Amino acid sequence: MTIYRYDKSFEGLLTAIFYAYTRRQFPDRLVGCGEPLPLFADEVFEVVSDAAHADRVWKGLERKVKQRELLSAITFAWLSELPEVDMLLFRYIRKLFDFKGNFSFNLGDADVLQVHKIWRKVSQERLRVCQFLRFQKTADGIYFAALAPLYNVLPLTLPHLTDRFADQSWLLYDLKREYGYYYNGKEAEEVRFADRPEHLRTGRLDASQMDADEAAFQQLWQTYFQATAIRERLNPRLHRQNMPARFWPYLTEKYGK
Amino acid sequence: MKSSVLDKLKILAESAKYDVSCASSGTSRSHRSGAIGSAAGWGICHSFAADGRCISLLKIMLTNYCMYDCAYCINRRSNDIPRATFSVSELVELTIEFYRRNYIEGLFLSSGVVRNPDYTMERMVRVAKDLRTVHHFNGYIHLKSIPGASEALVHEAGLYADRLSVNIEIPNEQSLQMLAPDKNFQSVFSPMRYIQQGVLQSAEERKHFRSAPRFAPAGQSTQMIIGATPDSDQSILRLSSALYRRQSMKRVYYSGYIHINKYDTRLPALRQAPLVRENRLYQADWLLRFYQFQVDEIVNDAYPNLDLEVDPKLSWALRHPEFFPVDINKADYELLLRIPGVGVKSAKAILFARRYGRLGTYQLKKIGVVMKKAQYFITTAELPSPTIQEISPEGVRRLLVKPNKQAADERQLALSFPDDV
Ligand code: SF4
Repeated sequence: MTIYRYDKSFEGLLTAIFYAYTRRQFPDRLVGCGEPLPLFADEVFEVVSDAAHADRVWKGLERKVKQRELLSAITFAWLSELPEVDMLLFRYIRKLFDFKGNFSFNLGDADVLQVHKIWRKVSQERLRVCQFLRFQKTADGIYFAALAPLYNVLPLTLPHLTDRFADQSWLLYDLKREYGYYYNGKEAEEVRFADRPEHLRTGRLDASQMDADEAAFQQLWQTYFQATAIRERLNPRLHRQNMPARFWPYLTEKYGK
Repeated sequence: MKSSVLDKLKILAESAKYDVSCASSGTSRSHRSGAIGSAAGWGICHSFAADGRCISLLKIMLTNYCMYDCAYCINRRSNDIPRATFSVSELVELTIEFYRRNYIEGLFLSSGVVRNPDYTMERMVRVAKDLRTVHHFNGYIHLKSIPGASEALVHEAGLYADRLSVNIEIPNEQSLQMLAPDKNFQSVFSPMRYIQQGVLQSAEERKHFRSAPRFAPAGQSTQMIIGATPDSDQSILRLSSALYRRQSMKRVYYSGYIHINKYDTRLPALRQAPLVRENRLYQADWLLRFYQFQVDEIVNDAYPNLDLEVDPKLSWALRHPEFFPVDINKADYELLLRIPGVGVKSAKAILFARRYGRLGTYQLKKIGVVMKKAQYFITTAELPSPTIQEISPEGVRRLLVKPNKQAADERQLALSFPDDV
């Protein structure tokens, strides 16, 4: 069994593909550095991540594949962080390269179907973050939002958020992965914090951290949320289905529910 | 923000909530420098109310005082309810502050009629105008035009709003006049026509001058109340289909009548809103817009009302066994769309996947075809299984309708509009 060992980065994955093609030897398994090797490993090749190699692979894909969704499916699926997604993507990218003619989502193929499914799930989560993130205005004028998405989708929300909230500065934080993006009115950059104060654990500001009007607007929104529901048509099942309970702790209108 | 705003918000949101349309789709506009916000094209739901409905826009009334007395309306003059009026600046500030916190996509503003239609319409237009010109608000704005408003004001509204709407409410003029004596079809259809003209004119001008102002880029919509009058689904859907022929008409909404004004004997005493019928109408509307159905195929003199037991596409298929079974591996797109259990997405996926080989049940399931329904209407790469031809339409209906479950489940019926109708 041939094993490729790499650093579990996206660049590393693309580098592994580069070597597979130049060495004409395709791995049966991918393992991360430090992970135990499977029992029957007879050859282990160490992949050293290399930006130039990775770039060549990606450029090659862009040249080969006309339908852009097929490529964005790769990044989306990667950010799912699901176990074994790396090997799946390895096979998928190989299929993209080896296919003669114009490839499209051939859902009859198990790998393509699987990537397609993960892609849709991750897109769904990306959308949910765009829907359900709630900014709270801090005393120093920064808008702060935190949530804990299923997949690592924050990077995918940036194009939408930097466009929409272009004229305010904000911090969007992933409580699960403990990092976020700070947008300063011009560009968004990744941020991590050495220690984790209360609001980076709960996602909520306390009264002293808030802008003078913040509590009032939160109350206005809660009031609106209550008032707009039609009592004659209450439908808790549909409500939950559309707005999964895992988002509730971070939703202003659901505080205390 | 003064505390009085909180009370007003409560009153005016309660008053506005029966207007069903929540969509904020139809406009894509990215950020402009110095402006607030963008419109996302597909319309984002930011929250879901306890009734399961999407909250996309701040749906609110400017005032719920009204000089009219429409029988079906909570805000009618003769109702003794708390009344309130927002000032233009209060509403503008609320919209912007909500938007900045990602609560909403924008504003959906309606109003009761005070003094006269134009007086009211003018104040609504001022809210939109202030948002756009003073605060450079770039989010979504939907204005509900007041019946009887003048052409000049409707035109001005279209310059600031993404979408305009005029609610028909009752699909038949006689019933409308009986229930809403201050309104008639003309007061509804004239503003609709102004909107249509504005949209066409702006499209024409923009062909010549890229910078010509846009007019209600997301077009117009309307709403009909279902079950307040004896009108059949046929008359409702015929009207919808006629409305969709105008290119500016993007959505017709159907709102199951809720018996709020119990004292008014002109109205039927429904114990609960006709939710199943409402859902069937949305499904039929979907067929009109995306499945290339003609209205007479869905409802006609022989079948003036939609089948409550099964969805309108299945109902059509059961009435037309001669079209089936359809060969999944050969049929063209239009015919694939006719198969119960095959939606727009799966029909397209079938066309794609067919290029790589013949499709069987396994692939169809993977594609998202609802085989539970589709199996009786198709042939695949595999050995034939019994279809509607062998089982008969009545047999298929019996197999697909779960006995009694529906009645018990009525209140919980998912009112979403699934792709696979
Ligand atoms: S005009 Fe509008 S707000 Fe006034 S009673 Fe009629 S429907 Fe209600």
